[in-house]
Amino acid sequence: MLNKNYLIIIISAIFGISFWIGINVNLLPAEASINAPIYDELFKILFIIGLILFIGMSLIVIYSLFKFRRTNGQKGDGIALEGNLKLEIIWTVIPSIIVLIVGLYSYNIYDRMGGMNGLNNNHEMMHNNGEKIWAGISQNSNNENGIGNLNIEVSAMQFAFLFNYPNGQFISGELHVPVNEKISIKMESKDVIHAFWVPEFRIKQDIIPGQPTILNFTPTKVGKYPIICAELCGPYHGGMRASIIVEEPSDYQNWFNQNKKTNV
Amino acid sequence: MTILINPDNQEKESLQPKGLIRYFSFSLDHKVIGIQYLVCGFLFYLIGGTLASAIRIELASPMSDFMPRDVYNQVLTLHGTIMIFLWIVPVVNGAFGNYLIPFYVGARDMAFPRLNAVAFWLIPPSGLMLITSYFIDGAAQAGWTAYPPLSITTPASGQIIWILSVLLLGGSSIFGGINFIATILKLRRPDLKLMQLPMYCWAMLGTSILIVLSTPVLAGTLILLSFDIVANTGFFNPVLGGNVVVYQHLFWFYSHPAVYIMVLPAFGLVSEILPVHCRKPLFGYTTMVFSIMGIVVLGLVVWAHHMFTSGTPPWMRLFFTIATAFIAVPTGIKFFNWVATMWGGKISINSAILFSCGFILNFVFGGITGVALAQVPFDIHVHDTYFVVAHFHYIVYGGSVFVIFSSIYHWFPKVTGKLLNERLGILHFAITFIGFNLCFAPQHWLGLNGMPRRVAEYDPQFQLINQVSSLGALLMAISTIPFLINIILSLKGGKDAGDNPWNALTPEWLTTSPPPVENWQGEAPLVKEPYGYGKPILLETKNT
Repeated sequence: MLNKNYLIIIISAIFGISFWIGINVNLLPAEASINAPIYDELFKILFIIGLILFIGMSLIVIYSLFKFRRTNGQKGDGIALEGNLKLEIIWTVIPSIIVLIVGLYSYNIYDRMGGMNGLNNNHEMMHNNGEKIWAGISQNSNNENGIGNLNIEVSAMQFAFLFNYPNGQFISGELHVPVNEKISIKMESKDVIHAFWVPEFRIKQDIIPGQPTILNFTPTKVGKYPIICAELCGPYHGGMRASIIVEEPSDYQNWFNQNKKTNV
Repeated sequence: MTILINPDNQEKESLQPKGLIRYFSFSLDHKVIGIQYLVCGFLFYLIGGTLASAIRIELASPMSDFMPRDVYNQVLTLHGTIMIFLWIVPVVNGAFGNYLIPFYVGARDMAFPRLNAVAFWLIPPSGLMLITSYFIDGAAQAGWTAYPPLSITTPASGQIIWILSVLLLGGSSIFGGINFIATILKLRRPDLKLMQLPMYCWAMLGTSILIVLSTPVLAGTLILLSFDIVANTGFFNPVLGGNVVVYQHLFWFYSHPAVYIMVLPAFGLVSEILPVHCRKPLFGYTTMVFSIMGIVVLGLVVWAHHMFTSGTPPWMRLFFTIATAFIAVPTGIKFFNWVATMWGGKISINSAILFSCGFILNFVFGGITGVALAQVPFDIHVHDTYFVVAHFHYIVYGGSVFVIFSSIYHWFPKVTGKLLNERLGILHFAITFIGFNLCFAPQHWLGLNGMPRRVAEYDPQFQLINQVSSLGALLMAISTIPFLINIILSLKGGKDAGDNPWNALTPEWLTTSPPPVENWQGEAPLVKEPYGYGKPILLETKNT
């Protein structure tokens, strides 16, 4: 059987390796919204816990296969051990505690993303002239029903996104937004279910026909990022992509002024 | 009151055809039906696997260039439907359940042999119908989830045939579930207590409860969906005032438990295989039973975690996060108990044990990503991406399919009286294990970095990783070759297995291999300790 000291060394090695991998190996794309660093924090924690459990379990299974394998000519059975109440209580209680802590922690993360407050307390809300609007996932403001400073209307259809800027009375095929400003987009689907996903923002929201949905986000990094439809919407689903261009406010204003209808 | 000799068996003895032809007949023998389920399921597995290969060929390049885009969507829909409804569900339940449960409860057949045969014979026609729909006007192309409005707007014939086929398969599943509940609870010999049953009985009891409770909901949902398609009703169609999110709730009310319908029987089978080859009692029998029932109860209240981005209200997201995460506790108990079963045993390293250990590693990995996916904020980013594809293949392939192979290696000697070739078996395991992990592990990264699922074309930056994944898929396809060779060679000229090559204690091994029609010559043995390995008294009787 295992010596106690060896056990301590092995367990610390598993923890050490898991923490090292969890902290140093980045599996995620760039962080470009307020949500992203919060998401990545949760990801790191889950990644580390997952690594510890997976490496630990794998080692035990592989060790058992070697250590307790039947050698040639060996006869008879193993020990008639049918259970151990103490052990079984331990591996019921400890996972329960881990799951509970992870649950509470992810609730905290979700709250910090704005998922639990304001607008979202009423799953559906009345907006403007009695039109029903659904609240999307992700962070929203603490005031004014969660509507950000910039309102853009997104239409999703087979197989494109269109971005309507009501203030400028024009429609664009690309979503331009200023950096570090809260953006509210109101999304509607013209036909089937689509989804609005920006991997660099770590947000995704289904666009469901018959349910206009508000989604809030705040980009934090200038750049061009893909907007990807993530819900199977027909043959050209894989090609249903658009771009979101995050710009300095002045660049954004220039772009806006170039495109807006002159009579506005 | 239990009827030990079923009147149907008299008829069975005299009227049923003998030899190979009985596998093509409306046989009432639970063992024949079990083999029918297994072989039929495996044929569909080959078809579903061919479709999977087509998907991986398409995804080896970023452009949609291997097949037309609508055909690609048909292929992925058929792949999912076939693998779930025609391979895993019928095999882990129907095949092994039918073969083993009557032995385990000390009966000579299932409670309702005719219903049993009907349940099986629903499968081949509905499977063929599903595949034929491709040649009529194209198969269904809305994914195996068939979300409206897409399923309402795509060509109707394929979708309607898909619905009919899934309804029939669901019916078959319900018939099977009722039969298992009746057999385990009512056909059990009276001197055998519930807590003395082999673990697979408990797994099948739990699974059957899930089937009987949740499958009718799927049936009702699909009937409403078919009305929307053919009669222009507006149950789900938003243009006519329907609500598509309601469909998703109803669909997942079945389809999340469906995961446990595929996985719980696999848990039960592993619990039979490990003690035999480790020569140790199953560790923690009672906690195993309670965790199965815990999974059944929790499994019914977690469905909305498939819909975290569908505009569900926050309280619902929170509730389903916690319920889902807590399934990890009973599931974890089972894994710890299996590892404890191995610990201190005398393990024979053979194909059966390797596939079971492969299952443990794969499933632990899939379970960990599953707990992560249960967290709403985590799920928002990776929902509907390749991360999810990777996760559920770790559960259903790395989990259930590995167990199916493990079980075939374990019970082949009982069914045929011949031993399988171990070298070929270990080769089969090695290629499957490497190919599987090569195929699906990289897909986690793809999902995290921006590749959605169900796409025929993707961002060229993902090409290399997709090719690695396709290489893994190629290995998985190759891995069936040593398996098939092994089966054919062993059937023809395999070594004689004897009645009990593993020295196992569960009742199916205490009869001849293959067993007689009545399961036992003479009276059925009473096995009160199916896992009594290492106990001195049993050792004597066992070694004679």
